[in-house]
Amino acid sequence: MVQPALDSMSSDPRSPENTPLLEFDQVGLEYPFEGSMRRIIQEVNLSIRPGEFVSFVGPSGCGKTSILRMVSGLNPAPIGEIRYRGQRIKKPLNNVGIAFQNPVLLPWRNTLNNVMLPLEIVQPYKKDFGAKKGEYIRMAQDLLSTVRLQDFQKQYPWQLSGGMRQRASLCRALIHQPEILLLDEPFGALDAFTREEMWTMLQALWMRVKCVGILITHDLREAVFLSDRVYVMSPRPSTIIYEEVINLPRPRSLEMELSDEFNHYFSNIRRHIHHN
Amino acid sequence: MSSFNLDKFLKSKSAGFVLPLIATIVLFVVWELVVIIFKIPAFNLPAPTNIASAMFTFAPQLLANSLRTLWTTMLGFVLAVVVGVILGFMIGYSRVAYLTMYPLLVAFNTIPKAAIVPLLAIWFGANAIPATVTAFLLAFFPIAVNVALGLDTVEPEMKDVLRSLGASQVETFQKVGWPHTLPYIFASLKIAASFAFIGAVISESVASNAGLGYLIVQATADFNVPLAFAALIVLAIMGVLLYTFFVYVEQQVIYWAR
Repeated sequence: MVQPALDSMSSDPRSPENTPLLEFDQVGLEYPFEGSMRRIIQEVNLSIRPGEFVSFVGPSGCGKTSILRMVSGLNPAPIGEIRYRGQRIKKPLNNVGIAFQNPVLLPWRNTLNNVMLPLEIVQPYKKDFGAKKGEYIRMAQDLLSTVRLQDFQKQYPWQLSGGMRQRASLCRALIHQPEILLLDEPFGALDAFTREEMWTMLQALWMRVKCVGILITHDLREAVFLSDRVYVMSPRPSTIIYEEVINLPRPRSLEMELSDEFNHYFSNIRRHIHHN
Repeated sequence: MSSFNLDKFLKSKSAGFVLPLIATIVLFVVWELVVIIFKIPAFNLPAPTNIASAMFTFAPQLLANSLRTLWTTMLGFVLAVVVGVILGFMIGYSRVAYLTMYPLLVAFNTIPKAAIVPLLAIWFGANAIPATVTAFLLAFFPIAVNVALGLDTVEPEMKDVLRSLGASQVETFQKVGWPHTLPYIFASLKIAASFAFIGAVISESVASNAGLGYLIVQATADFNVPLAFAALIVLAIMGVLLYTFFVYVEQQVIYWAR
């Protein structure tokens, strides 16, 4: 397996950066279909180390979203297993942050209170919520200003644009300092300009929290821009057919998209996408 | 002379009040003129002025009977809210409750409630109870259905966000289920209040000893058509007030729902 040369990675093979946070061990998935079982995911084996940002790309229906649901524990892997710090994931992990294409903000809460929702639920924040509310508000404001929403704290979701809602949704996914950030086509519903703007903001947020990022996307440029590593999945029954390590320095800028290096990564990945 | 800006007026808040008022006045004026021009006897169609004088003459009876209708309606309505919300939550959260109870509720709801009133009169007598029960029977169904619908329409992604944070069932209900269901409850309360009102009046006109429905039946039996019309107009005013009240409460509670 190719090892990416991350800036943060130390040379000692036993350092915590080198022990995997997540391990996929012969992970498979099948669904009942017309009386028999149809195999969706054949077999996926890989590991993700702390602080890594990986993307999964592939034709629709290849089980990309299922991978996220298996990692989050919302639907644990039915075949094989996914291990988090060596423990098999059997139920929802509660130290993940999730963002979907639909930002699903609560319409009765303003932006600030929407972002603070996880702090009312996840420990240890929950038990101190009354006492440390001021500090939590500052944490939320901090994230909101990273995505330039500092002037929209009191606005309700219906007063925000689609891109703004998605930015608030990302802040909500990260406020409780999760170890894993799961992104299921978060920018799929946005226009091309807004999307690129979101990449830089997501990168800024992610670099602050320093968690594992797992992104599902159809947009290969998005995958290259954001990831340390891109996995290409084959059509159903899917496996990982290609892996590209992206060695672009961070923080990455939108100008890099025009560089030969960026386009080289892009074409490598594009060449390996096969349709159903 | 200052020019009147129609577009601006139509967008203003007062237009929603002034225009219906003008329409009502025009309706009464035309009505009055038609009665005078075609010499329609009060026995068939009393003129608005005639109705107004009946209102004045029979003010004590109208007041007493409208109070009766009001409290039977409100009592039936409150019962309907309690039972409807509980039923709605059961149907919305429990698959077993949904499968067993929902078809029965739908079947029950298709029975015209006026057909039940004679039975209620046999069981409870000609008093306030049949009116209250009929008001309840008409009002609880839309509430139960809307509460169940509200719980059912929480976005699956939102549930996933809560589950992935490790939220308990109670927390999910408290943070998402309940507030999400509130607009559905309020939408149903407006309908249910009107239904409770209709139920009470139907029941009063079939089996009762008081109430506006009862008054209308008595007045027509005495050929006192102006009094019957006066009671009808009081009914209309009460209906509008009841509806407006719930619209106001709704705006205060769920200001965020647009």
